[in-house]
Parts: sequence; C-alpha cells; structure tokens
Amino acid sequence: MTKNIVILGGGTGGTLVANRAKKVLHDLDVAITVIDQDNEHLYQPGLLFVPFGLKAPESLVRNRKNQLKRGINFLKAEVVSVDTASNRVHLASGDSISYDVLVISTGNTLQIEETEGLSGSGWGKNVFTFYTLEGADALNRALAKFSEGKLVVDIIDVPIKCPVAPLEFCQLADWYFKQKGIRDQIEITLVTPLDGAFTKPVCNRELSGLLRSKGIEVITEFNTGQVDGVSKKLVSYDGREVAYDLAVVVPLHGGADFVGRSPGLGDELNFVTVDEFTLQAKVAPNVFAIGDAPNLPTSKAGSVAHFAGEIVVENIGHYLQGEPLSALFDGHTNCFIESGFHKALLIDFNYETEPLPGHYPSAIGLPLLRESKLNHIGKLLFEKLYWYGILPGRNIPGIKSLMPRMGKRFENQEKGS
Amino acid sequence: MTVATYAGKEVTVNSEGFFEDPSVWDEEMAPEIANSFGVPELSERHWQVIKFMRHEYETKGEGPSVRALGKSSGVSIKELYELFPKGPAKLAAKIAGIPKPHGCI
Repeated sequence: MTKNIVILGGGTGGTLVANRAKKVLHDLDVAITVIDQDNEHLYQPGLLFVPFGLKAPESLVRNRKNQLKRGINFLKAEVVSVDTASNRVHLASGDSISYDVLVISTGNTLQIEETEGLSGSGWGKNVFTFYTLEGADALNRALAKFSEGKLVVDIIDVPIKCPVAPLEFCQLADWYFKQKGIRDQIEITLVTPLDGAFTKPVCNRELSGLLRSKGIEVITEFNTGQVDGVSKKLVSYDGREVAYDLAVVVPLHGGADFVGRSPGLGDELNFVTVDEFTLQAKVAPNVFAIGDAPNLPTSKAGSVAHFAGEIVVENIGHYLQGEPLSALFDGHTNCFIESGFHKALLIDFNYETEPLPGHYPSAIGLPLLRESKLNHIGKLLFEKLYWYGILPGRNIPGIKSLMPRMGKRFENQEKGS
Repeated sequence: MTVATYAGKEVTVNSEGFFEDPSVWDEEMAPEIANSFGVPELSERHWQVIKFMRHEYETKGEGPSVRALGKSSGVSIKELYELFPKGPAKLAAKIAGIPKPHGCI
C-alpha cells in the first residue's frame, strides 16, 4: 500500500528532502506531497546582499513547485495544526490531510511583536531588518540615503538564522561606506546578547579581531528589551541604552505558529523538539523536522538543512521498513562569512568540534577561518550550486553530510577553549 | 571544580558556580547561594522562578532560557532582570542548583 510522506514547507529543507526521498525511496511505494502557504522560493543567503545593491530582490525568488521533481505533489495551503495522535494535518480551508510520515520544514517566523517598540514609529523609518525580502529592499533605499551618524546592528536574541549574517552585514557596511568615501562619518556598532561576536572561542577570537580592524565596535551581553523609535535608542532589559540613527535589527526568531497549536510538538518558541541525532520528533515516531524548524543545538543555517536532509531521508526509509533509525546527524554546519572587499572566510563545525583553522573539505580546499578571495568566489558560486545541486538533492562530489576531520588543525581547539 | 559550602553542606560546583550534581541541592541552600552571587534576599517571586527552574530541569533534563522563562514561568522578562540581574536564566539556574542552561548558538 502506498505510504504518504507529507512535507510541510517548501524551502531549502523541505525541497531537498522531497527530491531526495523521491530518488532514494522509490522502491518503497511512497507518495510525496509538499505543502506551503505560497509558491515563492526565496534564496535566503542572498538577502544579505540586497541592502548594498549587490543583488536585485527579484533575482532571489523562484517558483517553489518548479524546484520539485516530477511526481511530487505541491499543494498551496496554510497549515492550522498537526494532530500527531490521528496522523492528520489540518488546513485553513477546513480540509485535512493524512500522513504516514510527516516532515516539518517550516523554518522560522520573525517575532517582531515580542520586542517592545520594534514595530513602532521607527519601523521602516529608522529601524529596519534584512531578514525579509521587503525589509532588505527597504533597507537598501535607507542605506543609499544614509550619510552620517550611528549605524547599529542589533541581535535581539539567539537562535537566529545564519548567526554570522549580522557580522557580515557590519563588514559589508564598512566596505559600502568606504566605497562611497564617507566611512569616517559613520560609526558601525554590533549589539549582541552573546558575550562575544561568536559563541565558539577560536572563531570568536578571529572574528572579533577582524571587526576591530575595520573599526566596528561590539557591545556584548546586551539583551534588547525595547526599541525606542522616537528618541532613537535601544534599551536593554537591565536599563542600558545604545543610541542609533539607523538601526538594523534581527528580530527574535521562533518556529511556525501552527507548531504552537499542535499539542506536544514544539517548545516555548515553537521549535519542534527532536532527537538531535536522528531528527525524529519527540512527540511521535513518524514525525521528523529539518532545517530551522527543529530545536537542534546548532546554527540555523541552510548547510544544516542540507547535511541533515540526507540523514532524514535515510531515517524515513528505516522507519517505513520497521528498522532502527541508524542514520545519525553530527550537527555538521558550514558557512561562508562575507567580509567585504571581495573576500570571505569559511567555517566548518559540528556538535563536538568548534570552527577551526585548516582547509575544507580536505587538506586541499578552501581555507578555513581565514579571509580569502577564493572563499568569496565560493560564496558567489554557491547560489548556482543551491538551485542546481542542493535543492534537487544531488550528491555533491567531495561534500559529505558528516563533518570532515581531515584538513582541520585540532591543536588550536585545546588552546582556544 | 571547587567545593562550596551552603547551609552547612559541602557541594562541588564548576568554575562558574553551577552545581555538578543537582540532586544534592535543597531549598535551605538557595538563600546562601543567592547571597554569594549578589542577591541579598529571596522573595516569593524569586522562589516562583527557582521552583519553576527545578521543575523544568527535573522534567526536561535542562534549564530554560530567559525567553522560555518569560513565556512560561509567570514572571515577565523585565521582572526576571529585576529579580536576577544581568543574566536571569544563568543566575536563577545557579541558585536552583541546576546546570547552566544550554547556550544557544
């Protein structure tokens, strides 16, 4: 009998799992359905470049359905809740869909209303975000007009999508204003709730030094409680203040709203609670979560969705055949960190190993944790790889789900921690 | 690792002051732990948070983040910062004798 695999969310994780499942599980008689509330697939890594005029907003969007292999059903619908006891997904239309296996890949929802004043009088005038396409586009116009004063990049709380993006934004802003010849009239400050620019010691040291060398100030352990758009300042929960002329805010992230309406599925922030190795939901054995949707103790990043995708598909196969879930995710993450002036860094890490210097994917390859032009080219080429390699669920030569140890200099980890 | 004495009992804590073994904690220790980290007196509101931390740890195996506390402990984030200055989740975890809440990445 045909088994229904229903995938909620047709973004990075959902699309690559659907395509890979179609390919890998074809012997198991499965029907695959992807449900999303719209048909616009956004290349999210491109958002960073929009404010600086380096990417046109419309170039980042493609048709979701067209990214799915033939034979995969696509349904445009809004999900209201999931009933894991009866294996049904309830839709806003009143219909419901039954599943044998459910994959939740509905990403993050920005919780703008959770921060007092964030959506208030400054929003769209002196307060922006580049975490949405509209926001990035509006910020592009604001930056073009900005000629002097304090530019403050503020992370409300973690976890956030791509934790290095705010650092990249600061460095691209440094480049942008230098190009315009007005850098000396602009202060750039990064405000973070963390105790450093990045959480892991070796990487934090490298990135902090890089920011300092570009004259970017970092204010740490600042938990933003209020954004005051009238007197243009950020106020922390413990009463500290940071004045700004232009604030670029990364709002609090949470999971999709329907997760909160589905008993037992998520945590306080609506992230699906899963086993961090098998990616199976705690609430039911036939539910999995991938990408930014689960509460994994690692970065929310496309690379995590990519590497975990292979694991999830393998485990769905195991589940359908009544076997133990033997594919285990190691938390493998990698990210390019754009540092301006046509250079970038690359970091590669997992649950156990912090980002270390060396090379990726092996002793010969892109330099890790070091600025280079090669990494910048890698970041630009990645967009093609995303649409034509990763989303279709292809095996990328040399790139494995599990983190490679080869090429990394481990002696630095002891010194750093 | 160091040894601290609370309510006349010796306990091992890590370099940041978190209990190595949450099971040796009892309520009598809390006021002294609080004192040593700059909270002079524990009010009923403090206790509401401490008990919530213990309960979360016992049921889920880890302490909640400040966001989670703000959503489910019945005490707002603003008040949490008043009760447990600087880092409410970390400080309340220390006083409740549970491990450091998972730092998100």
